[in-house]
Amino acid sequence: MINNPKSGMTLIVKTITRLTVGLILLFGIYIILHGHLSPGGGFAGGVIVALSFVHIMLAFGKDVAMSKISIGLASNLESIGALMFLVVALMGFLGGAFFMNILAKGRPFELFSAGTIPLSNISIGIKVGVGLFAIFMALVILEGTKK
Amino acid sequence: MMLKIVDIIPLFVVIPLGAAFLISILGKYIKHASDVMVFISSTLLLGFSIYSRISLGHIEGKALVYKVGGWVPPFGIAMVLDGLSSFMLVTVNLIAFFVMIYSLNYMERYTDKPKFFTLFSLMVCGMNGMVLTGDIFNMFVFLEIASIASYALVGFGTEAEELEASFKYAVMGSVASSFILLGIAFLYGFTSTLNMADMARILSYKQNMYIINFVSVLFLMGFGLKAALVPFHAWLPDAHPSAPASISAMLSGVLIKTLGIYGLVRVFFNIIGSTKEYLSILMFLGAVSMLVAVVLALSQWDLKRLLAYHSISQIGYIALGIGLGTPLGIFGGLFHLFNHSIFKSLLFLNSGAIDYTLGTRDLRETGGIAKVMPVTSRTNLVASMSIAGIPPFNGFFSKAIIIIACVEAGYFWYALCAVIGSILTLASFMKVQKFTFLGTLKERFIGVREVPLGMRFSMVSLAFICIIGGLLVIPHFRFFIGDAMHVILKGTGYASVVLEASR
Amino acid sequence: MVLYFLCLVLFCIGLYGVLRKRNIVKIIIGLGIIEYAVNLFFVLLGYRFYGRAPLHAVDQKILNMVDPLPQAIVLTSIVIGLGITALLIAIAIRIYERYGTFDITKIKRLKG
Repeated sequence: MINNPKSGMTLIVKTITRLTVGLILLFGIYIILHGHLSPGGGFAGGVIVALSFVHIMLAFGKDVAMSKISIGLASNLESIGALMFLVVALMGFLGGAFFMNILAKGRPFELFSAGTIPLSNISIGIKVGVGLFAIFMALVILEGTKK
Repeated sequence: MMLKIVDIIPLFVVIPLGAAFLISILGKYIKHASDVMVFISSTLLLGFSIYSRISLGHIEGKALVYKVGGWVPPFGIAMVLDGLSSFMLVTVNLIAFFVMIYSLNYMERYTDKPKFFTLFSLMVCGMNGMVLTGDIFNMFVFLEIASIASYALVGFGTEAEELEASFKYAVMGSVASSFILLGIAFLYGFTSTLNMADMARILSYKQNMYIINFVSVLFLMGFGLKAALVPFHAWLPDAHPSAPASISAMLSGVLIKTLGIYGLVRVFFNIIGSTKEYLSILMFLGAVSMLVAVVLALSQWDLKRLLAYHSISQIGYIALGIGLGTPLGIFGGLFHLFNHSIFKSLLFLNSGAIDYTLGTRDLRETGGIAKVMPVTSRTNLVASMSIAGIPPFNGFFSKAIIIIACVEAGYFWYALCAVIGSILTLASFMKVQKFTFLGTLKERFIGVREVPLGMRFSMVSLAFICIIGGLLVIPHFRFFIGDAMHVILKGTGYASVVLEASR
Repeated sequence: MVLYFLCLVLFCIGLYGVLRKRNIVKIIIGLGIIEYAVNLFFVLLGYRFYGRAPLHAVDQKILNMVDPLPQAIVLTSIVIGLGITALLIAIAIRIYERYGTFDITKIKRLKG
């Protein structure tokens, strides 16, 4: 990370951000993956993942954040997340009906159970996470071109 | 390989959704990929909708139910294809196909074609989903998808006035959607189910329904704003001119009818059950819309703003026809819905062609382009005669049926309002014809040529459908609108048809 | 019973914000309050007496739960509200670039 004193916030904020941003990302991924066991799921976890990227942008400035994920990559990842969701829904056609739950459902309350629900959660998590960050970046870039 | 018709039902939502996201990725890297994909998806949708309409059969009162995910309703979401749904599907997909072909040439003047086609496919997906679903909250979600896509499309060329119109439209549309959601919340609390057929069945048992009046007013406000009936019309004269011409055609041609009129009809006739008071309010609002809008349209000098006011007026005709409640009235209303989508889209596409070649929409600037743009002027003549109700074009038949139905049911004042509205519509379109096409060409416009092939193809096809549209009244083709009319007339009997078909 | 009435009062406060405030950002905030009020009303509809949160756990016996269906619906509705708010804020920033002001009494080029 760049230690540029002109962009971003003060040194204390930058040090703490380096420590906590990985934890926030990990917490968001935990909420996405355990969507079928505890409250949360795709959307809530996706918002927390987006917040970890926004945290980098707030603390270090726009250029560092854009070097991590550029706006073109964010837009592509968002569409790929939506297409993954559609593929998971279309897989149900093999089982009989649209959107049917066709993978093996293990014993309840385990991580690898409940069929296609974790896959839907992961695709929604990717889409929402990257999408919210892309919205935030688009508004910041818009602000930048105004000056 | 003939697919069973029941399996095609989810494809109406999946195809445009997949096309939207594929265009969003591939459109940036491969040239013309967006054009090819949206062409394939529109053609497939049109083919499937016509196939579903023909193979649904001529048996009245039949509905096909698709259980999403294999869950039996009312525990799961059901997608229902009955007469009204297939009628709306054919209308929406037909207009979307022609507008898509027009946009392939017209959107070259704007900045970003892949983004435009992404939003366009999402709007078509929302409209298709809304007419196909059998679950009231699912209908709200698809309504929001279509609405948000249209808010973004209205401000697509980001000039100052377009953004102002888009902001006004977005705020008013969101408040209306909140009213609809509040109504759905009350209905859920009262009947504890979200499936439309189940809700209709439970509402026919329960007594003491003071809450139904409150919910009806909420739905009338919400769906009335989406349909642009008169107290709620203020967003339409700003939003429809500011959009690019192909989106004006989509908005005015199908969006206000699918989100507004279809939503009203489903909720008021099939779920809540219509009584004389609601229908008389609907008729009154329709009659007021007819007169107020056409009077305001007479003084406009901007071509698209004039057409937007006429949209409000013709929606008044549809509301009057459906509000009558008699079989002839509802037939007239639905027939006018189909006809209006055809000729209003044609009128907006014409105005887009004029804008594309001359660069202005002001009626005082144009004039005398009948010789240099023959296709545009002839199709405009066909569409103007249709909307004014001149035989043998299709507008005459639907307006005549509505007026005859009014007289038959005894409402002479409403019939008089309809006739006056028709005369003033004729006057205002004679003004358009005079100022746009007759007269002499201004000097700076000498040397303009006709519009490219895609735009001409769409306009000529729509004009052709205008000419033969009157054939829908003959008994061989009457099932197209007749099935939709029987679904509305059956009222809450919709519940028993759907519940029996979903077993 | 009083809670439902207070939700509708919150809806009316949001509606006052949309109708009477002159700054565009305040209109967007008023719209957000309207959406909060409707979502809160919907969640409150699912309350059952002596109910607990509708979660299953491995070793617990469940006696009665509140209704989980409104909670799933409100999740969808919050996402829709987020989309609308993002779109409105983007439009508002661009309006500021074109007109130079956030005051809606000065953004009135479309008339008639």
